[in-house]
Amino acid sequence: MSILIDADTRVLVQGITGGEGTFHTRQMVAYGTRVVAGVTPGKGGRTHEGIPVFDTVDQAVERTGASAAVLFVPPAFAADAILEAIDAGVALVVTITEGIPALDMVRVKAALAGSKTRMIGPNCPGVITPGQCKIGIMPGDIHRPGAIGVVSRSGTLTYEAVSQLTALGLGQSTCIGIGGDPIPGTSFVDLLELFEADAGTEAVVLIGEIGGTAEEEAADYIRGHMTKPAAAFVAGQTAPPGKRMGHAGAIIAGGKGTAAEKIQALEAAGVAVARSPAEIGTTLQAALGR
Amino acid sequence: MKIHEFQAKEILRRHGVPTPRGRIARTPEEAGQIAGELGGEVSVVKAQIHAGGRGKGGGIRLARSAAEAAAHARAMLGMPLVTHQTGPAGRTVRKVLVEEGLDIDREFYLAVTLDRAAAAPVVIASLDGGVEIEKVAAERPDAIRKVWADPLLGLSPFRARRLAFGLGLEGKTAGRFAGFVTALFEAFLTNDGSLAEINPLVLTRAGDLLALDAKMTFDDNALFRHPDLRALRDLDEEDPLETEASRHDLSYIKLAGSVGCMVNGAGLAMATMDIIKLAGAMPANFLDVGGGTDPGKVASAFRILTSDADVQAVLINIFGGIVRCDRVAAGVIQALQSVRLRVPVVVRLEGTNAREAARMLEESTLEFVVAQGMEDAAEKVVAALPRRAPEGEAR
Repeated sequence: MSILIDADTRVLVQGITGGEGTFHTRQMVAYGTRVVAGVTPGKGGRTHEGIPVFDTVDQAVERTGASAAVLFVPPAFAADAILEAIDAGVALVVTITEGIPALDMVRVKAALAGSKTRMIGPNCPGVITPGQCKIGIMPGDIHRPGAIGVVSRSGTLTYEAVSQLTALGLGQSTCIGIGGDPIPGTSFVDLLELFEADAGTEAVVLIGEIGGTAEEEAADYIRGHMTKPAAAFVAGQTAPPGKRMGHAGAIIAGGKGTAAEKIQALEAAGVAVARSPAEIGTTLQAALGR
Repeated sequence: MKIHEFQAKEILRRHGVPTPRGRIARTPEEAGQIAGELGGEVSVVKAQIHAGGRGKGGGIRLARSAAEAAAHARAMLGMPLVTHQTGPAGRTVRKVLVEEGLDIDREFYLAVTLDRAAAAPVVIASLDGGVEIEKVAAERPDAIRKVWADPLLGLSPFRARRLAFGLGLEGKTAGRFAGFVTALFEAFLTNDGSLAEINPLVLTRAGDLLALDAKMTFDDNALFRHPDLRALRDLDEEDPLETEASRHDLSYIKLAGSVGCMVNGAGLAMATMDIIKLAGAMPANFLDVGGGTDPGKVASAFRILTSDADVQAVLINIFGGIVRCDRVAAGVIQALQSVRLRVPVVVRLEGTNAREAARMLEESTLEFVVAQGMEDAAEKVVAALPRRAPEGEAR
């Protein structure tokens, strides 16, 4: 069992003919993902990496039955590409693109509300259900099928956590990077709800970072609704206020959004919080009582 | 991106936000001349730096004559101004804004920013202006009023009126305040602002509302569609190493410790800083070399890192996914061939092609300490630091 994606998920790639799109399409196909279509306006009718290319998303959906889209579209055009996927009724949109203006995301978020689409990202590594389907840019080989759900605002720090889990023999049900931007399409809480309801997920690892209130909201949800054990790490304990730490969303502003506040909220909700990023795996292991 | 007060006021004026009359001066003579032209009993000389708290630091002074305005400008220009936001070294003042003095009746607070949780812009206002809004929020949360813009429709005038009347303003003042709010919101929206803050917004005894101070910051991700804003960037206000890093598309922030770090990914970079602290030292920087890294970029990153005189040891922590470890290793070797190494370097490479990368580092004639895992890496780099008193708040 898993959430969001599985072996039957049919994926279309927006921006398939670009450098990133080409490279990661190849990687996804090699992992076993069913990539059924690509979309690049003006290049419809060709095949690229053996995959049929269409001019528009609705054509691609109509002809191939794609149910998920992954975006490798430059920031200036990404919001429009997301709106196109929403309009075509794609159930899951995974936006890898980094650098989308925040006010573009305000409009995208409004379009997502009341639509049939869930969006992961932007500025994220994507979603993987190990052994079944990889939609994104994460290295597939560090993952193992299993029962631990992983949600994270980070990319490479997620890989670090996953490889710790795998080394401890703790496989993963589904791993999702929600992205490092101020306005993500999907929040921690949305995904914790899905993990709580998923019979294939036994426990959850949450990886947060400074800025915003996503971790505090997750803590509220966990306290009120979650029965499965959870472990967490919050990056940025040494980050200075007022400086954007790489991610557009990772900034301590007006004294709010510090790691200390987030750790406190998570611990108050019964989450086992690792102090060191080297102890994410062992912290979860202890929370599982193993 | 941050800009100066005088630049923010120019933008605001274009959007119909009233501001005091005044101009920018780069010399004491200019400042005196502007004060003379403004006339009136009082003028104000304001140091232009990218930091708040200027008033307490002596960077905002009243002048009762043109000669006094020139004297104030002379005392500020070329001198460092220290405020609670600048750090102990302060910032050198290169320009002053000379403005007319106003006969102030009341001071308000007004700001537009992005509410991340609501995924919409929010307008925040308070009748307690001229003080830090965080302080008001903590002590008197009831004194703060907010209205949210619609993500698609923007800020309808009725919302601005609701804010004005909600604050308890009346009559003409309420109407003027609502108009002010609408204009400020337009300035925020059309320029992809991340913050537009007026503190204080003043009501004069004559009944006029003006932006006495103004602070605007913009979404870096949106600058591609605002060439006019990019032109306002002031490199004098940035750390030279941070400027150099941004030229190479690297995300670098100078910090106060002694362990230089080079990491791929912002989250892992922050986590690396954290584990260095846990191991007993402090990070000298945040440096994210990002995805798709090529050897040249890694080499630039390494040069920037090691040109910081505070760096006593370097930790390279790469989790190769898209970034292949062998390419990172090639970059490090390339960089070390052109830079003379003066500090120990600890390398931890994991993920795609990590084994090949380790072999490349071993086969090079350069000396690295190779680490397994983050904890080992942090302990090794701290052990490699020159022996001295434990690090803490020093520097």
